[in-house]
Amino acid sequence: MNILKMGPGKAGLLATGLAAAVSFAAPANAADEVVMAVPTFLTGAGAPAFGVPARNGAEVIIEAINKGKLPAPYNNSGKGLAGRQIKAVIYDESGGGVKQVAEFRNKVQKQGVDLFVGYISSGTCAAITPVAEELKMLTIFPICGTPRIFEEINKTPKYVFRTMGHATADGVAEALYVKANMPGVKGYTGINQNYAWGQDSWRDFDLAMKQLMPSVPASDKAQWPKIFSGQYGAEISALMLSKEKLVHSSLWGGDLEAFIFQGSARGLFRKKDVLFSVADTSVYRLGKKAPFGSILGARGPYGIFAAGVDTPLNNWFRKVYIDRYSVPPVGGSYQAAQGVLAAKYAYDAAAKANGGKFPNKDQVIAALEGATYQGIAAPVHMNRSNGHQAATKHMIGVLQWDKEAGEPIMTKVTEFGPDCVMPPPGVNGTEWLKGGMKGAKC
Amino acid sequence: MQELIVILVDGLVFSSYLFMVAVGLTVIFGVMKILNVTHGSFYAFGAYMSATLIGAYYKTDWPEFGGFLAIFAAALIVGVFFGIILERGLLRFLYHRDEHIIVLATFAMFLVLEDVLLLIWGTDPYFAFEPMSLLGSVDIVDLTFDVYSLTLIGLAAIVGLGLWLGLTKTKWGKLLLAVIFDREISQAMGINVTVVFTVTFVIGAIMGALGGAYIAPTISVSPGIGVEVIVLAFAVVVIGGMGSIPGAMIGALLVGISRAAAVHKFPEIELFVIYAIMAIVLAVRPEGLFAPAQARKI
Repeated sequence: MNILKMGPGKAGLLATGLAAAVSFAAPANAADEVVMAVPTFLTGAGAPAFGVPARNGAEVIIEAINKGKLPAPYNNSGKGLAGRQIKAVIYDESGGGVKQVAEFRNKVQKQGVDLFVGYISSGTCAAITPVAEELKMLTIFPICGTPRIFEEINKTPKYVFRTMGHATADGVAEALYVKANMPGVKGYTGINQNYAWGQDSWRDFDLAMKQLMPSVPASDKAQWPKIFSGQYGAEISALMLSKEKLVHSSLWGGDLEAFIFQGSARGLFRKKDVLFSVADTSVYRLGKKAPFGSILGARGPYGIFAAGVDTPLNNWFRKVYIDRYSVPPVGGSYQAAQGVLAAKYAYDAAAKANGGKFPNKDQVIAALEGATYQGIAAPVHMNRSNGHQAATKHMIGVLQWDKEAGEPIMTKVTEFGPDCVMPPPGVNGTEWLKGGMKGAKC
Repeated sequence: MQELIVILVDGLVFSSYLFMVAVGLTVIFGVMKILNVTHGSFYAFGAYMSATLIGAYYKTDWPEFGGFLAIFAAALIVGVFFGIILERGLLRFLYHRDEHIIVLATFAMFLVLEDVLLLIWGTDPYFAFEPMSLLGSVDIVDLTFDVYSLTLIGLAAIVGLGLWLGLTKTKWGKLLLAVIFDREISQAMGINVTVVFTVTFVIGAIMGALGGAYIAPTISVSPGIGVEVIVLAFAVVVIGGMGSIPGAMIGALLVGISRAAAVHKFPEIELFVIYAIMAIVLAVRPEGLFAPAQARKI
């Protein structure tokens, strides 16, 4: 077919066909909506602990934003993001970095996504960061924990944000808690999965302990099981034979639960003081099988730590979540909802600064950079990494069973301010820890 | 001395786990020459079915130790159902195809079954810790071990011995060995190879499901458990020699005890040990430790 030889009728038909093809390639999203991609683990080992709770948390908050039903302080902010409804595209994060990068490009270039709020795995976040910057796509990471995102991968981000503290904050809060509550500790060991999250968690806890309790040695036989290995017999034996009484662990999900079952059957939690970084994801599921008396974190003021936060926003969130899903929200639920709220805050603030008109992407980014907005359980300060990395307060406590309420509760909780546990703006976390955590406001 | 004994016990427990997850894979490969990736699904379905049946059992007032029957019932139900469905419904149409096609077909089925699993049980994990709690613990060289994990050693020994006796001392076993040795001649001699294949596949499927069903009380039964198992099982089978039951046993012992030693002495290389053994064995003896030399037909 030679286009130059076509008559006007045929050319018109061809043009119509091409237009239709183009519209299929990049579906026209309604002008009055914002397309928000929400990648999270819907299948695989990451789904039960983080992925599905994160999806649930995001769904609750997106629905309320669209209906304009958010309580204070968002009760007068109108419906949607700056007046436009959110069209959520929730999809599976499973499959690894290469697959997710391809999916990210697909969503941006073919499906007309306006922003991303999601990704749980540190590995995926690391892979997505340079691509998001290359494609100039507003991307909010609500959960992934590796400090490397803005300390190594991109030190001057423009389009990528993270709305919770990173693993350095966890390690510092844990070490501060040990120093305050276990002054007699004579040594510590650990069991952490042998990949980015486990390695970063142990490194930061170990560095913080070396600064805060320099006379307390770390074991040279900390355990490094493969992620998703599920069998911990030998590791539990090694931990029980070790002379150190304190055990640090950032295990999560099925690995954490298997470790707890196998450790409980062998009396590990009676013999050792175990400190879990992210065990809040499992405490409600485990019920009475949870390791009571263990020290627990939730990577911030989330999940079980937020159970007693008496604010309209938190009370509403917990009620709606429990009514809908029949389980209390865990850390991932809070963190994902907090990420979506960042978008709500930024679009609304940018529209206000724009005279009430719907803002463009640069205006939204400018509104979020360096902002402080209200998360579900605590304020979120976007004041690290040029305003792209959040700092929030952190909480650590001891897990116990409340016989009267018939549910797990946190006791002996210590709260740490954001400027106590996160490195100061512009300072690399590892160097900050090695340098004695100068400037920490505890 | 205490550490040495603990390494041995830990190593035996982990070896038994490895053997249980690998033996079904090697049985199917030995007879049918199929690298069955769906084995991971048998393990996962076995674990989910076991957790479901155990959960249902302990809601009744029946005797506590009866819960162990639920484990074996789960393995039988899953193994027989999926074994027959897959062999009769899919694999028999592919026997004349290239073995790579069959591997891809079993991989495709594995992916399909992963989604079926999600459709049936969803993403929430299942717990079935009652049998483990029931057996309590025992002290060995002043260290507490849970009895349930120790029983895994006995189960692996019974399964290994049973399969070996079944193969070498029974008529059915000899028919199987004949098919393993030469499928065409066996058929020419009047052995019903079709039935042998179906029975073998079902036995392999039951073994895979039994691995998952027995492990279920010690883990959080959650999505993705089948993926990890297939990699481990494959490593053990390759070390021992594809299709060799004694090979799977020796491979499992080699990996299990080496890994336990690494955990106690050099925990940083725990992950490395399994694959280092596999690499060394493949470099020295590419067909694995116990695989018989293959005569090439001309």
